[in-house]
Amino acid sequence: MTAPRAAGSGLYYPKMSPTWWLSRPGYIRFMIREVTSVFIAIFLVILLIQVHKIAQGPEAYAAMVAKLRAPGWIVFHVVALVFALYHTVTWFMATGVIQVVRIGDRQVPPALVVAGNFVAWVAVSLFILYWLLARS
Amino acid sequence: MTEETVTLEVTRYRPGHDSEPRTESFAVPYRKDWVVLDALNHIKDRMDGSLTYRWSCRMGVCGSCGMMVNGVPKLTCSAFLRDYYPGPIRVAPLANFPVIRDLVVSLDDFLEKLRRVKPWIIRDVEKPVAEGEYRQTPAQLDAFKQFSMCINCMLCYAACPVYGLAPAFIGPAAIALAYRYNLDSRDEGYRFREPILSESVGVWECTFVGECSVVCPKGVDPAAAIQRSKVAGAKDWAMSMLMPWGGRK
Repeated sequence: MTAPRAAGSGLYYPKMSPTWWLSRPGYIRFMIREVTSVFIAIFLVILLIQVHKIAQGPEAYAAMVAKLRAPGWIVFHVVALVFALYHTVTWFMATGVIQVVRIGDRQVPPALVVAGNFVAWVAVSLFILYWLLARS
Repeated sequence: MTEETVTLEVTRYRPGHDSEPRTESFAVPYRKDWVVLDALNHIKDRMDGSLTYRWSCRMGVCGSCGMMVNGVPKLTCSAFLRDYYPGPIRVAPLANFPVIRDLVVSLDDFLEKLRRVKPWIIRDVEKPVAEGEYRQTPAQLDAFKQFSMCINCMLCYAACPVYGLAPAFIGPAAIALAYRYNLDSRDEGYRFREPILSESVGVWECTFVGECSVVCPKGVDPAAAIQRSKVAGAKDWAMSMLMPWGGRK
């Protein structure tokens, strides 16, 4: 391929199909992971509105809580929780090869890094759960 | 003697004649020890000498024979017919690259990106030959060895949907090789590669789909190299905010 290419040299430029993400399981898992962010974003907006309602007083907050008991919102929050868990698990499993932890000359095995993340997650969650229950 | 055959559906494209690629079917002998490359060579030798494709070492170390086999980027010298039996086996040019002819794609974009990341040892002062060789401990070699296994086969670019949708992205192999040299204890060129990697079309274009590492035939794991480079790039940015006067190596 040493000769210069003239315009209209006949190169064919393939186009990506709009359903490219359906062609491999890895792509589908990636798109699911990305879509989880939409549900998390909506959950955060609801959380911010809740905080705003608390500032407005107990009646405003109680009214919002009553609205959130609707079946649609319950389903949404269950789906958002499942997606949050899915994202967290896939994220932690990816940390093994990304977070390189060195002790002296040697590298901590990636599986241990992943396990460490999960252990820390469970420990913090248990602590928060205990703290919430102990206060009520 | 009738031999068992398997059908290969091969993409054909003649520049100047065809406006777009078409598929042609060939029935090749089904041999248990044959790879797709053997089948292509059989077609070219016995059936259609005009079939055009790249190959060289036929043992998975040169990176020349990358093509799409049933929609998956593979080295055709490592894709055994028995794994696709009974077929048919679709053989197409590597995705996300312009097609020159039949199964041959243009490498220009990848080669330009590879050059851009300066994939060679950069020293502030070259060590004179009389001073002897560089010494490296096994631990220092371990730090970058995995990422040096890249054979520039470009399967990762074919698997990367970001490269397909945003071709300005530097891409997995280029970043993995930049990372390999950044990690090499003999190298002093981090400050030259860092601006290239920290561009928006550098590491930050990657959305961690991860398919590049799935298809890599040499276990380079470019996805890990890219994410680690993101961590390093973020640290550099934070340090430059906190200590703008500090120089990096």
